[in-house]
Parts: sequence; structure tokens; C-alpha cells
Amino acid sequence: MNTQRAAWWFLAPALLVLGVFFLLPVVAALGLSLTDYDLYALADIRHLRFVALNNYWDLLHQPKFWSALGHTLYFVIVGVPLSIMVSLGAALLLNSPLVRYKTLFRTALFAPVVTTVVAVAVVWRYIFNTKYGLLNYALGLAGIHPVDWLGNPHWAMPSIILFAVWKNFGYNMIIFLAGLQAIPRDLYEAARIDGASVLQQFRHITLPMLGPTLLMVGILTVSGYFQLFAEPYVMTEGGPLQSTTSVLYLMYNEGFKWWNFGTASAVAFLLFVIMFAVTALMLRVGRRGEPA
Amino acid sequence: MNPRAAKAIIYGLLIGGTLVAVFPLLWMFSVSFMRPGEASNLPPPLWPAHASWHNYEVLFLRAGVGRYLFNSLAISTAITALSLAFNVMAGYAFAKLRFAGRERLFQVLLGMLVIPAQVAMLPLFLMLKYMGMVNSYGAVIVPAMATAFGIFLVRQYARGIPDELLEAARIDGAGEWRIFGQIVLPLLKPIMVTLAIFTFLTAWNDFMWPLIALTGQEHYTLPLGLASLSREHAQDSELMMAGSVVTVIPVLALFLAMQRYYIEGLLLGSVKG
Repeated sequence: MNTQRAAWWFLAPALLVLGVFFLLPVVAALGLSLTDYDLYALADIRHLRFVALNNYWDLLHQPKFWSALGHTLYFVIVGVPLSIMVSLGAALLLNSPLVRYKTLFRTALFAPVVTTVVAVAVVWRYIFNTKYGLLNYALGLAGIHPVDWLGNPHWAMPSIILFAVWKNFGYNMIIFLAGLQAIPRDLYEAARIDGASVLQQFRHITLPMLGPTLLMVGILTVSGYFQLFAEPYVMTEGGPLQSTTSVLYLMYNEGFKWWNFGTASAVAFLLFVIMFAVTALMLRVGRRGEPA
Repeated sequence: MNPRAAKAIIYGLLIGGTLVAVFPLLWMFSVSFMRPGEASNLPPPLWPAHASWHNYEVLFLRAGVGRYLFNSLAISTAITALSLAFNVMAGYAFAKLRFAGRERLFQVLLGMLVIPAQVAMLPLFLMLKYMGMVNSYGAVIVPAMATAFGIFLVRQYARGIPDELLEAARIDGAGEWRIFGQIVLPLLKPIMVTLAIFTFLTAWNDFMWPLIALTGQEHYTLPLGLASLSREHAQDSELMMAGSVVTVIPVLALFLAMQRYYIEGLLLGSVKG
């Protein structure tokens, strides 16, 4: 058997799965978004009509799309920098030469990452409970009045962001830790001899050396956070007053609650385009900031 | 700043952070052993007054959680075994076998990493519906049998296999499948362990696609079962904590046992930029 033929046999199963169950549906989604596929079409395909860009046009004129996008952007714009700062802070602490038992701390800090979103979201729902929750109890000890974390439209999204940061920061922490360990020690040594303070060392050595890692982590985290769904599904069911309904939640409702597959596909594609544009922009800005 | 104070501050922050990270998990364990209603006292108790298995009995005997546990295990194991086989074969081919169009095909694969999986979900659901596969294990397993990410991971690792080794085997007359089985697979063992853990954890924790594809309770995985229980039993915090423990324990244990491989894989997978 020649190598060329063997190669295709090795590739065949994976390519078949990816082609039939991923690429084909993605292309079909684009087609679907140009039709009015709904419950009637699901029952009898002859009801299907081609509507060109009408679904997109309608969505862009509906407040529900803009508010879902607004909630998602809120989650991304506040959640991503917060997550990255916590991750970087934890990595810096772990990387300090003064610290012992690093593996133990690392394992503990990383543990939330491997847990199941749904399960820990259930746990946090009780921590956020207005009456019996530990968070309000702890705040009460400090003399702060109880907050209706998940029941108040102003606090629901911040609560979900807090939960997401707790759940996810360990992942980027590991990547930052590897990045920090790759920075040559003698750079800091030289800076110290020149009298640079810890803060100056961070600004002029750590941050620039970490630049590419920071960019990559930023892009991965942004695309992950755009896909917000399970957290509001479990913790708030998109409420209160729709204040935690994300774009994907809207897609889920349109598609699998109301069976408007055409509209739902258009929502999915809009999300994809927005994510693509944002990450491409980050890549451009980030690459320009890098020394050639 | 003197080193002693610096050390105190660093340890203080680190221990504080660790407590915040671990506390919800420890609290979950503790509450799961409390009597019904016990957690809704003020101040919120940290330990059960009389630890009991009551909640677990309710979960397994009355709420059907045993079934969810079985479904989760069956689905995650099947996905892990199948996708491991397919991804390793394809990753090796991309790394070490020459064929026409290899570079272009690999570019397509990388492009797929950018597309969020949710874009495919609506047509995939319709497709499986017409195939009569909605609400079956297959609906969750089949689309996960290969991933662009897994192929990419294996390819990066397999590029380290020296070509001379494979050429020598070919000159000795070994067929491609024998080379794969007897030379390549043993060399790929570390990345296979890593990929297997990754895949299992992802499959176990997955929520959105199973929620769409599994419409009947008899096929629910643990996250689905837990989400639906939590809507029915919102007030029974002790019961829900026990449900969370059952859901989290298997993956947490797997992670603790195989931590080294998991973290290596995480770092390998993130240098794709």
C-alpha cells in the first residue's frame, strides 16, 4: 500500500465526522438563516419559503436582539478584563520565589476549572441567596444590607460575572504561569541592580515579555465569554426582566422554544460575525503593539 | 519593602485566594450531608449537625440520578474512545504522511477552530431529527467523534517523531498500519492520555448540545438532570448540593489523579496562536 492511499484511510473517519456533522451544518445554517423555517416547515417542508436577508433585517430592528447583544457585551467587556487580571495576579503570586508548596496552591486554585458549570452554578445560586446565602451573611457581618443578587436586574449580571471569574480564572492562570517562568531571571537581576522597584519591574519587564501570551489569552477568553449560555440558564433562566438573556440564550429560545429556526440561525451567524470581527480587531491592535 | 513583610503579604493573598476558590466546593460537600432545611438557618451552618446520607438516598432511589450517572458515564466514555481513535489517526496523517493537498486541508481544519460550535447546532438538530436520532445516545456521541482541536493537538505532538524511524520500518517492508500500531502509537502515548482526559472532561461537563439533542429524561446526562431537578427543587438546597457532588466528583477525581497530563495538554493546546 502506498503512503498516499494510507494517509486518506487514516484521515477518512475524522474528516467524515467533521464534514458531515460540522462543516455541512455550518453551511446549512447559512442557508437556513435565509429561510422562514419554523414549526410549519418542520411539519411539512413545503411551507418553507426563501426570505433572503429578511431574518437579519428583522433582528437588527428588534430590541430583543440588541438587548441580548448588550447583555453579552456587558459580560465580555467587564468579565474578560476582570478574569485576566485575577488570573495574572494569581500567576504572579504563584511565581514568586518566596512561595513554597506551589503545586498544592496551584491545584487548589485550578480546581474550579474542571468542575461542571451546571453543578457549581447550582452551588453559587445558594451562595447568592438573598435570605440564607453566605455572601449576604458575610456582608451582613460588615454591616452591609442584604442584596437580592440574582433577583435584581442590576445585580444579576454582575453576579454571573463574579461566578464566571471564579470558575474560569485558573485556566489562564496556568498559561500565565508558564509565560512568567519563561522570562529570563537575569532581566530582573539587572533591573534590581539598576534600582528598579517591583512595580517598575512589572511594567517594564513582565508586561512586555508577557505580551504575546496576553494577546492569545485575551482572544481565547473573549471568544469563550461570547458563548455565555449555561450560567444564566441555570442561575437566572435569562431573567430577571431578561437582564441575563445572552445572544446564545436568544438563539436557544428562538430555535428550541419557539422553533423559529430561520431566525435562530440568523442570530447564530450574527454572533459568529461579531466574534470574528472582535477577535480580528484584537489581533490587529495586539500585533501592532508588539515590537517587530 | 523588607522580604519578611513581602512574604507575609504574598502568603496572605495566596491563602485568601485559595480559600475563595475552594470554599464553595467544600461547602457543597458539607451541605450535601445536612438534613432537609438545615442549610436555611441563620447563621448559615458550615457543618452538618448530624451527617447523613439521606440526600443521596433520595437522589438515587427517588430522583433517578443513578440513571443520569450511567448515561453520563456511557456517553463520555464512548466519545472519549471514539474521538481518541479518529483524532490520533488523522493527527498522525497530517504530521507524518505525505499526500496531495495536505497543507490546504490543514488550513481548513485550523479555520474550523474559529467557528463557534453553536452555529452548527440548529441544522445538526434537524439533520439528526430526519435521521431519527434525536433523543438517543448517538445524537450526542456521533457529532463529537472527531474534533479539529484534537487533531491539531496530536499533529503538533506527532511532528516530533523522527522520519528516519518510519522510513527504516518502510524499507524493512512494514505496512502503514503496522507502522502506526507498533511504532507510532507507543510514541504518542503521552498525548493520547492528555487528549483522553481533556475529551472526557469536556464531554462530561457539556451542557448546551445535550440539552438540545436529548429531549427525554431517560437519556439525560448528569448536568441536564441536575438543571431540571434544580428547577423543580429550588428550595431543597441540601438535595441539590448532593446532586452537585455526584456530578462534580468523577471529574474532580480524574483531574486530581491525572493532573500532570491535564496541565501539559492545556499548555500544548494554547500555543496555537
